Amino acid sequence: MPNSSLSLSQFSNQKARSTRDGFGEALVELGEVNKNIIVLTADLTESTKVADFAKKFPERFIECGVAEQNMAGIAAGLAACGKIPFITSYAVFSPGRNWDQIRVSICYSNLPVKIIGCHTGLSVGPDGATHQALEDIALMRVLPNMTVVVPCDAIQAKQATIEISKIPGSCYLRLTREVTPIITQENSKFQIGHIDILENYGQDVAIIACGPLVYQALVAAKELNDEGIKTTIINNHTIKPLDKAALLKVARDCGAVVTVEEHQVAGGMGSAVSELFSANYPIPMEFIGMQDSFGESGDPDQLLAKYGMSVAKIKEMVKKVIIRKPSYRTRLEERL
Amino acid sequence: MNDLNQVAEKIREDVISMLVAAGSGHSAGSLGMADVFTAIYFSKALNLDPKDPWNPNRDRILLSNGHICPVWYATLARAGYFPQDELLTLRQIGTRLQGHPHYRCLPGVENTAGPLGQGLSQAIGHTLAAQMDKADWRTICLLSDGELQEGQSWETMMFAGKNNLYKLTAIIDRNNIQIDGFTENVMPLEPLADKFRSFNWSVIEVDGHNIPEIINALNKAKAIFENPTVIIAHTIPGNGVDFMESDFNWHGKPPSWPEAVEALRELRSLGGKISYE
Repeated sequence: MPNSSLSLSQFSNQKARSTRDGFGEALVELGEVNKNIIVLTADLTESTKVADFAKKFPERFIECGVAEQNMAGIAAGLAACGKIPFITSYAVFSPGRNWDQIRVSICYSNLPVKIIGCHTGLSVGPDGATHQALEDIALMRVLPNMTVVVPCDAIQAKQATIEISKIPGSCYLRLTREVTPIITQENSKFQIGHIDILENYGQDVAIIACGPLVYQALVAAKELNDEGIKTTIINNHTIKPLDKAALLKVARDCGAVVTVEEHQVAGGMGSAVSELFSANYPIPMEFIGMQDSFGESGDPDQLLAKYGMSVAKIKEMVKKVIIRKPSYRTRLEERL
Repeated sequence: MNDLNQVAEKIREDVISMLVAAGSGHSAGSLGMADVFTAIYFSKALNLDPKDPWNPNRDRILLSNGHICPVWYATLARAGYFPQDELLTLRQIGTRLQGHPHYRCLPGVENTAGPLGQGLSQAIGHTLAAQMDKADWRTICLLSDGELQEGQSWETMMFAGKNNLYKLTAIIDRNNIQIDGFTENVMPLEPLADKFRSFNWSVIEVDGHNIPEIINALNKAKAIFENPTVIIAHTIPGNGVDFMESDFNWHGKPPSWPEAVEALRELRSLGGKISYE
């Protein structure tokens, strides 16, 4: 069902916030209602926004020190005893450094541990390539049993945090540091495994995005609309399990797709969508994301522009993919 | 020879039969830990009930060095957790007896283990859950000595020591071997007891083939309320089978059929002390 009560004017005048803020708020609410919620940190209490939970529920907050592998294992043990542990760190450390522990101790047993990866994407900015997690979606979606969710703004991050706490298995939630525009509303419906159709100008091309870059996709779509190119914008917040039926309908309706994510193109959301389409309904696709390189220090917006994740780049890729559509070629040939 | 020693010998026989039938698996550690497993599951030191394997008040037994699971499976079956007939399905397709243990794949199997260094972290999670729930059960985690070379092991030692997790007991199979040779050549662990003490652990060293001594250590650990306890069990890898004992080449391989026949002959005659045929 299109969730298209959104428009650029609506979200552009709202205060921007980070997805990690939404997560931190949700955690406190969860803590109030569910005594089994446990939060673990690896020396990053403030920056992963779990300080409020720690203050309110000190008996359910576990400081692990700089030891992400142990943190993952402890969470597995807690979950085996009926707890719902959230392990929190920067994504380059967790799941970057403790992937084996997540795979063996948590995921193979399908234990309900929630892995929260903060500071993902290029937009970590000045800290540079070591701290810019651009591989975490791939690392997590390749694991059986794992659910992978990438919220697009602070409101959705809050909803997603509450929803993943209810899943009886392992989950990965991808968060960001930077404040980004609010796209959704408090009353927007969020359901794991169901895409949101944010805007439907037409069906020339579908733009399938996830994370805060959904905003760039919306801006690009509006500008393209003014130029006469009609796109449909999808927020594909659940990368695993994919909303297969709805995505295939989008493929059939639009016949060409550009995927947009702040992640390596290899193994990310676009790859997941492409696996689905190529097996079931092959259509021309273009992929916005990191093109097999590391990032560097810099201002987030400048980095996104330099590495090809800007509004301009999305528009360019939409125009590139549209001429690959067989129907478009036919139309062009008829006109000539 | 008392009853428990006989149980341990039977478990060793099961291990040999399982490994030869499977055609792969780890002999040395499995045989070397038969006495420790017997002490855990066949004494009254811990709160375990094979007829009610998931009782919420049970003591938790976790295995970190998953590759010695043949001895875990054999002990659980002999203690009545599941039918002994199933033992010979080890490592075969469709079996519950996976090559490395999988969380709750069998009654009594508390955790997944294989890649080393992970069990003690899981055991800390169990211990913390008990603490939060004000429950009485204890958590016992069995480890190898070689796996202490994993960095995660030291993360766990720091954590448990800092938090005085007195309901946690680690048991280290100190058999001095690993795949590439003797631990002290590959990557020395000594002075092991001092290392644990300096991380705020209580240390009990035992002869890992002296069952009463092991039971005594398990009980002693229950009386320590200051910090976690590690029982360093000095064992002979391959114990009970002369041609396997203390030879690191037996770490990761099973006996051939003739070797298994020879091993069983030796175990059933108690090392030639009695004739069994």
